[in-house]
Amino acid sequence: MSRITVIPFGPQHPVLPEPIQLRLELKDEKVVSALPVVGYVHRGLEKLVETKDYLQTVYITERVCGICSFIHSVAYCQGIETIMGVEVPPRARYLRVIWSETHRLHSHLLWFGLLADSFGFENLFMQIWRAREAVLDLQEATAGARVILGTCCVGGVRRDIDQTGRDLTLATLDKLEQDIKKIANPILKDYGVQQRTVGIGRISRELTYERGAVGPTARAAGIAQDLRQTGYAAYGELDFQPVVETAGDCYARLQVRVREMNQSIELIRRALERMPASPISVPVKGNPDGETVSRVEQPRGEVIYYLRGNGGKNLARMRIRTPTFANIPALLAMLPGAELANVPVITLSIDPCISCTER
Amino acid sequence: MLKFIGNILQNLTHKPATRPYPYQKRAPIAGNRGHLVIDPAVCIYCGLCSKRCPTQALAVTRKPNPNSWTLDPYRCILCGYCVEVCPKHCLSLKPEHGDYSSPNSP
Repeated sequence: MSRITVIPFGPQHPVLPEPIQLRLELKDEKVVSALPVVGYVHRGLEKLVETKDYLQTVYITERVCGICSFIHSVAYCQGIETIMGVEVPPRARYLRVIWSETHRLHSHLLWFGLLADSFGFENLFMQIWRAREAVLDLQEATAGARVILGTCCVGGVRRDIDQTGRDLTLATLDKLEQDIKKIANPILKDYGVQQRTVGIGRISRELTYERGAVGPTARAAGIAQDLRQTGYAAYGELDFQPVVETAGDCYARLQVRVREMNQSIELIRRALERMPASPISVPVKGNPDGETVSRVEQPRGEVIYYLRGNGGKNLARMRIRTPTFANIPALLAMLPGAELANVPVITLSIDPCISCTER
Repeated sequence: MLKFIGNILQNLTHKPATRPYPYQKRAPIAGNRGHLVIDPAVCIYCGLCSKRCPTQALAVTRKPNPNSWTLDPYRCILCGYCVEVCPKHCLSLKPEHGDYSSPNSP
């Protein structure tokens, strides 16, 4: 039989946390090609920015994504600070690193749980989400909210982490490190998990580069590219080295994220240790006039903010390029040749965030 | 897989990680942004909070109308921007989550 069948995968599918449709052309059980259909959760945030002043826009950028919200606000605030020539105090730069890394931790844990769910390992899903809860509680205690922190502002940050917060953070990280060691390490060696991930959704280094993939998707294929290498915020002072794997399959992407979780824990510890005493924000006067491109590393990869102000209090234009948008072409290159049963695992392996993509 | 045996035993002997929520509530974490309150005795009804609010959740009226300060809890995103800009420091965020289902919500 060589008839082509078209199967709509999504927009509502048990493994998809958000709506995206992949129209899969199948020959028997093998995918021949895939066509993505996006546009289910477009919210018009870039247009909304034109009606808010540039300080209120911080709250909009935090709501672009429900998982890496703080990192979005860091990208935006860094862009505005570049336009306006604001020098951020050193302590604020370290605090931005700490909250960015807690976001990376809970994002990777969430993704790990969803991946376990996608290959039918419900128990692992629950175990990981239980461990993730500690990070959310930590964010609530140090920043005042569980996911959308609201602590980043133009000119610095709003809250400081005092000695109590520091002790709590270190205690939570110790516990979390144990949890990750207990859960993740046996899972990486587990036969069932390897059967569902090793060699699945393989993509070569060259093709990954051509398709412009970013973040863990690119790093799992051997491209040592991580925006944190540029040393924005305080990353330049924390001896950061990107995590790289070379296999380019779902297992490599899982390995990269597990290693990044451990790396995030280490980065937060270093940041807490080296954080200097200084004010946490500087007052900002005037309106942004000029344009800039701000790039930071999110859990899913590189996010690009283009900001243009014309001297008024509202921005003239804001454009966001999110990592999932850059990773979808790579996903389409992974799917041909895959079994239909492996499509959910491959789709989740790029950590798709559709609300970000459509903004 | 043998490494999970300790985990399994722990799951059998320990309490669940979740709480029977509406009956048993977690104590609020200090510093959490739960709900917004105003001290009307200090407020001068300048309206700065309502101008800066990113979601237009606040409405303030002053003379010649009667002085009033109203909050639409369904629009409020608890960002705390109003607390920062208030010149008299009469606004504050309390850690308990507001119960907006009742008419006399906090």
